Amino acid sequence: MKKSPFHFLTYILVIGAYAALQVLQARGELSATMRGMLVPICAYVVMAVSLNLTVGVLGELSLGHAGFMSVGAFLGTSTAIALQDAVPVPGVRLTIALIVAALFAALAGFLIGIPVLRLNGDYLAIVTLAFGEIIKAVFNNLYLGVDSRGVHISLLEDVTNTAKDGRLIIQGPMGIGGIQKISTFTAGFILIMISLIVIFNLVGSRAGRAIMAIRDNHIAAQSVGVNIIKYKMMAFVTSAALAGAAGALFAMNYSTVVANKFDFNTSILILVFVVLGGLGNMLGSIIAAAVLTILPEALRPIAEYRMLLYAVLLILMMLTANHPFVKGFFNRFRQTGQFQLQGDDEEKEAAA
Amino acid sequence: MRRFFGYAPIFYFCVRGEFRVNFIIQFISSLTSGGGGYQLLNHIINGISLGSVYAIIALGYTMVYGIAKMLNFAHGDVIMVGAYVCFYAFGALKLPGALAVFAPLIAICAAVAVCTLLGVTIEKLAYKPLRAAPSLAVLITAIGISYFLQNAALLLWSSSPKVFPSFFVFKSVNEAGEAVTLRSVQIGSVSVSFVTIVTIISCVVIMLWLTWFTGRTKMGKAMRACSEDKAAAQLMGIDVNATISLTFAIGSGLAAIAGALLCSAYPNLVPTTGSMPGIKAFTAAVFGGIGSIPGAFLGGLLLGVLEIFAKAYISVQLSDAVVFAVLIVVLLVKPTGLLGRTVREKV
Repeated sequence: MKKSPFHFLTYILVIGAYAALQVLQARGELSATMRGMLVPICAYVVMAVSLNLTVGVLGELSLGHAGFMSVGAFLGTSTAIALQDAVPVPGVRLTIALIVAALFAALAGFLIGIPVLRLNGDYLAIVTLAFGEIIKAVFNNLYLGVDSRGVHISLLEDVTNTAKDGRLIIQGPMGIGGIQKISTFTAGFILIMISLIVIFNLVGSRAGRAIMAIRDNHIAAQSVGVNIIKYKMMAFVTSAALAGAAGALFAMNYSTVVANKFDFNTSILILVFVVLGGLGNMLGSIIAAAVLTILPEALRPIAEYRMLLYAVLLILMMLTANHPFVKGFFNRFRQTGQFQLQGDDEEKEAAA
Repeated sequence: MRRFFGYAPIFYFCVRGEFRVNFIIQFISSLTSGGGGYQLLNHIINGISLGSVYAIIALGYTMVYGIAKMLNFAHGDVIMVGAYVCFYAFGALKLPGALAVFAPLIAICAAVAVCTLLGVTIEKLAYKPLRAAPSLAVLITAIGISYFLQNAALLLWSSSPKVFPSFFVFKSVNEAGEAVTLRSVQIGSVSVSFVTIVTIISCVVIMLWLTWFTGRTKMGKAMRACSEDKAAAQLMGIDVNATISLTFAIGSGLAAIAGALLCSAYPNLVPTTGSMPGIKAFTAAVFGGIGSIPGAFLGGLLLGVLEIFAKAYISVQLSDAVVFAVLIVVLLVKPTGLLGRTVREKV
């Protein structure tokens, strides 16, 4: 397993940011809004790095990443609520919920991946969008109750007949209410670290090289014997599982969660993090996710103009980043080796 | 290329297909004089009407995709802008007497003019500098434009819903001498609203016009050439930038018409009005084969009918899910959409 300095830099910066924020929080220097945003930022960071695995490393555009977040949010939170009495320690319950969320999202990713990964380019993008919308519609009409007789599920109407001793957890369009807020900043930090370890190890492994080979030229990869479906699936399912865990973390930071929260706009929002941060660049995704989550809040003093300004900033950032002069400037840095992307690292290592 | 824009035979198929639908409608209505047949007929007509709107929007998507190879996510919001301009232009117009009949037409023309200008401006400011950039960068920029338009609309026109005026109603006098407003016309056993008729006719006219435009005119040929190979087109003396601008102009103009028609049928106008129809029309364009004009037309119509049928016979809440599920199945069977061109990848 290879490790590049870039990976270490990412780990160190994440740990540093966590430590700094913890110190600030302990000294009471964080505003209430900022404290409330710590967990969502963690969730968005995990969403961004996991989508970066699909878009940046695998090279397939996914427009339905919020769907996996939704699966994780609903099933993870349901698990946590169902286990409320059985597992009294919040930390343990959160861990179980996150694992269950990741498993279900991985399953969803696998099932969706079977049809999706046979397609290419924009067609793949539209099918992920379609699955995202389907997941939203299903959770908007899903009723799930738990009682002593077991789990009851019904669609469209509440015919779960949940007994008095049980609880109707998912209530169709009203989503899940009365969630205990057990997500913590530390849990978010640990989830980010786990995601980074998983992704960096995957990218650095033999499978990771196969995935990147598919991205660079899938015909060439196939002709040297890379099993395209298998490695595409590996990246897609990993990405979905991490997104599921992020969804559960996100949901358990609020008292209610509804399916409409995880719509097309959320998928797009995360895609914006990934593209702005740089494809395949996990540190970039983390920074972009954190900055762009804080930005609308930071722009709050100018109230109604903030989203307009956000849009203008987004367009300007894209225009500047792709301006020939700026690109040439950064490329010069990259060539002198001061500012390397992880892809370049691996090429050099491979050459050495 | 011929399959890309070579829609003429397929277009005739579509027209003939519609005749066939009409024939089937008459057949069914003659068979069933009861409620069931009436309802089925109604659903089909409503579906075709909604599908026509989707088709007009999808045409804009598909033309831009064909020529600029980009998913223009801001297209849905151009629809919304068109609808707002139409709303305010109609409100501001005070035409005397008989001329009042032309007010909707003038309002729509104003919307088309504003949206055409808007489309060209967006292209010049945001997309043109990114011609050489990776497609994802252009996609994100388009999303930025979409956010911008929505929030600008929110500031300009507030988030409170506007009730779109009833275009396409006629004032008449009944037997008793009272003034009545006619909204629909009785055809056989079904009453069809004027909005529906106008929508379907506009869609067919637009389709015919585009067929003529891309097939017969010099500019249309330039468009087809650009979508085939920009560099070669430039060598042949075609102004690629002007052609792309023209495509955006036409697409945005169509979006304005779609906005007016959509809001006449579903008169609830908010800054996010355009996003869902935009996504649906995008789906329709992919459904028919993105880049193909007849594909967009066919895809739009099918999607509209499918949506209304799903709403009527399966479930209102799950209709979107059903529509998208059918899309997925179609793409699995035919990965480039119904009329899409299969591109052989060369090593």
